[in-house]
Amino acid sequence: MADSKDFTAGVDSNAKKSPRRIVFITRRTSAQVKAETEDQTQTFPEVLFRAAVAVMTLAVVLVWISLMFNAPLEGLADPSHTPNPAKAPWYFLGLQEMLHYFPPVVAGVMVPGLVVMALIVIPYFKVNIEAEGLFLKDRQKRLRIFYVVATALSVFLLLFKVYAALVPTLIMAAVMLVAAQSSPQSPSAFRRYLAARPLSYWVMTWFLFELVVLTAIGTFFRGPGWSWVLPWQG
Amino acid sequence: MAKTGMTKTMNQYFDDLRGTRVWRSIFRSGTGSSTLKRALAIQQNVFLHLFSTKVRTRMLSLSATWYLGTLTLGTFLILIATGIPLMFYYHPSAPQAYADTKDLQFVVSSGLFLRNLHRWSAHAMVFLVFAHMFKVFYRGAYRTPREFNWVIGVILLLMTLLLSYTGYLLPWDQLAYWAITVGSNIASAVPVVGEKIHFLLLGGNAVNANALLRFYVLHCMILPLTAMFFVAIHFWRIRKDGGLYSHASEPATQRANANPGVVANAKEAQ
Repeated sequence: MADSKDFTAGVDSNAKKSPRRIVFITRRTSAQVKAETEDQTQTFPEVLFRAAVAVMTLAVVLVWISLMFNAPLEGLADPSHTPNPAKAPWYFLGLQEMLHYFPPVVAGVMVPGLVVMALIVIPYFKVNIEAEGLFLKDRQKRLRIFYVVATALSVFLLLFKVYAALVPTLIMAAVMLVAAQSSPQSPSAFRRYLAARPLSYWVMTWFLFELVVLTAIGTFFRGPGWSWVLPWQG
Repeated sequence: MAKTGMTKTMNQYFDDLRGTRVWRSIFRSGTGSSTLKRALAIQQNVFLHLFSTKVRTRMLSLSATWYLGTLTLGTFLILIATGIPLMFYYHPSAPQAYADTKDLQFVVSSGLFLRNLHRWSAHAMVFLVFAHMFKVFYRGAYRTPREFNWVIGVILLLMTLLLSYTGYLLPWDQLAYWAITVGSNIASAVPVVGEKIHFLLLGGNAVNANALLRFYVLHCMILPLTAMFFVAIHFWRIRKDGGLYSHASEPATQRANANPGVVANAKEAQ
């Protein structure tokens, strides 16, 4: 502990907020007071009421859908008769699309494993906590790294002919280049927005983009033998 | 009839009810609508005490959360409410499971509606969990001190996928059988122990009656209980981590708002 002279003492004068509050501040560090002066609403009953309204609205929508559309039910399970294509549930079709390009140990084990690991560690990496625009600091160095990573990823996807993942990657790279050419002083609100996006935003948005595109392709554009079909061709 | 001093309104009847000994023995907060009583209504209820007694008013706007977490809980509750009656009509044995599903479609009163609601709510829950995750990410609500609640959220995402996946097999039709076959074959690709995991998951080398029973037990018992356990921690942690994330109340933002010029100058100097 600090020696006896190494602090100053004060008494909080706001008797409305706290009956008595004594603050000790050492000379070397400043006290950080997290003021909570925001408007607050009682959970009971206002917030619970709002939650109930939200859930009931959802229930109405789901009941309406259930009255209008029947859940699919096909013939009895038959191990000797494989449907073509045999598809996983929709939320795994992005993975099944990856299985089309890469060996199962890569697409089925490494990719989902890495995605889950990456999601778990997000809050523990400083790069995800900083909210600085990616290209606002060390612009030249970061641009070089960006070029190397984007090119390596694109070449990798090109070599394995993963055009379904390559196109979203190239679109994201193009948007990031626009961001690199934008500044917080730009007259365009959109470019000011892009300039302020941090690295974590770009990585997550790229992941979301790939997830949506691959899942949509697996769901709507894959037919017999996992060949490319258009949804309206049955 | 005009209300007179003699006539009690609905609210007065309700207040009287809340004042009775029986009601007080169940809900300990009692009558009255003071801030204290409202806080007690949350604090003294085993379920509600998971939540804070107060929420920042700004966080109640639709744009702050889109109510995605609340809606996800809503689908979970609908799934429990529809799942239990579905269990009454279902035998987890092959091929009886398929006949039971057919009966639900054509014989059981409202069975078709029950199954439809369960199925579509399950899809909605998977979608909402993903939406909730991305919304939380883009708001930056995973930041300190909420790191661990984000991790619990990832666990709940996996729980949801497993719940949906195990439920997918239960109708025992072609769609179910081959979807699970495709999915479970991926487990075989795990190096060294893949075949063992595959066997453990299915209770055999292929999807069969053993797999159906295992998936049934996981779907109706183990996974829902585990999910509820983590949901409880997830809600409780919101309270313990300082309430719903609200950007303007965070220290960094407060400093920036208090002194915008200083921050701007500091950036230019770098």
